[in-house]
Amino acid sequence: MAQAANGTLYRGREGMWSWVAHRISGLLLFLFLFAHVLDTALVRVSPDAYNQVMEAYKNPVVGIGEAGLVAAVIFHALNGLRIIAVDFWAKGPKYQRQLFWAVAIGFVVLFAPFAIRHLTIVFTH
Amino acid sequence: MSATTETNYHAGPDAVSAKKSRYRRVSKGRGNFELWSWVFMRASGILLLVLIFGHLFVNLMLGEGIHGIDFAFVAGKWSSPFWQTWDMLMLWLAELHGFNGVRTIINDYTEKDRTRWILKGLLVASALLVMVLGTLVIFTFDPCLDPSSTLSVCAR
Repeated sequence: MAQAANGTLYRGREGMWSWVAHRISGLLLFLFLFAHVLDTALVRVSPDAYNQVMEAYKNPVVGIGEAGLVAAVIFHALNGLRIIAVDFWAKGPKYQRQLFWAVAIGFVVLFAPFAIRHLTIVFTH
Repeated sequence: MSATTETNYHAGPDAVSAKKSRYRRVSKGRGNFELWSWVFMRASGILLLVLIFGHLFVNLMLGEGIHGIDFAFVAGKWSSPFWQTWDMLMLWLAELHGFNGVRTIINDYTEKDRTRWILKGLLVASALLVMVLGTLVIFTFDPCLDPSSTLSVCAR
């Protein structure tokens, strides 16, 4: 890693890692959106074609992938609010690390109930 | 404040020599595009938070969750202009938000002009495909596409 006089050039910690995670989750969601619009477009081909692809979404392995996708949505949404706070709230930059931990808590609060509900449906149906 | 204090301090002491500098920091004809794209990311982000959380809650949490999703489920939702509008807004805002984000990523990491333009060409093509195809699908959806459909809306 590149070195500056007083440490590494990349400063690490909450600020940098949330930025990295925001990029990766955003890119993942963009790629999924492409696939999701194409799979939904099958409703114009035939009901059977659409239903067959939806069956694949109900497979347990894909079901776990969907939970990962929703995790990416929740993180990207909450960290997006943190970015808005850093940009527009006078004290945002000062508290950006605390805001990151607020994002982490919000993530658990929203994702835990979703994961329990969704994975129960996926594995017990 | 008297009229004698009208010196432009922001120009700085080197304002004249900066004019002769070969470094031109003033943008050439791009206007405020980057400013508006920055504003758009924040505004669309807030709207998408509501649209996508609503979409996920209704499709994956209510009813049978993922197991309830099939052609009939889509037919039920898109029989309502409310969900057609919701999905169209979500599609456009998400695609433009993602387009702008990926554009930033391409600008950050590509070093050769050629690589940058190829990737941006693919990005523009995929964004147009997704928005045009998606919008057509939402508004030309036909619940009775299959003549032997057993959906109640298709009963004669």
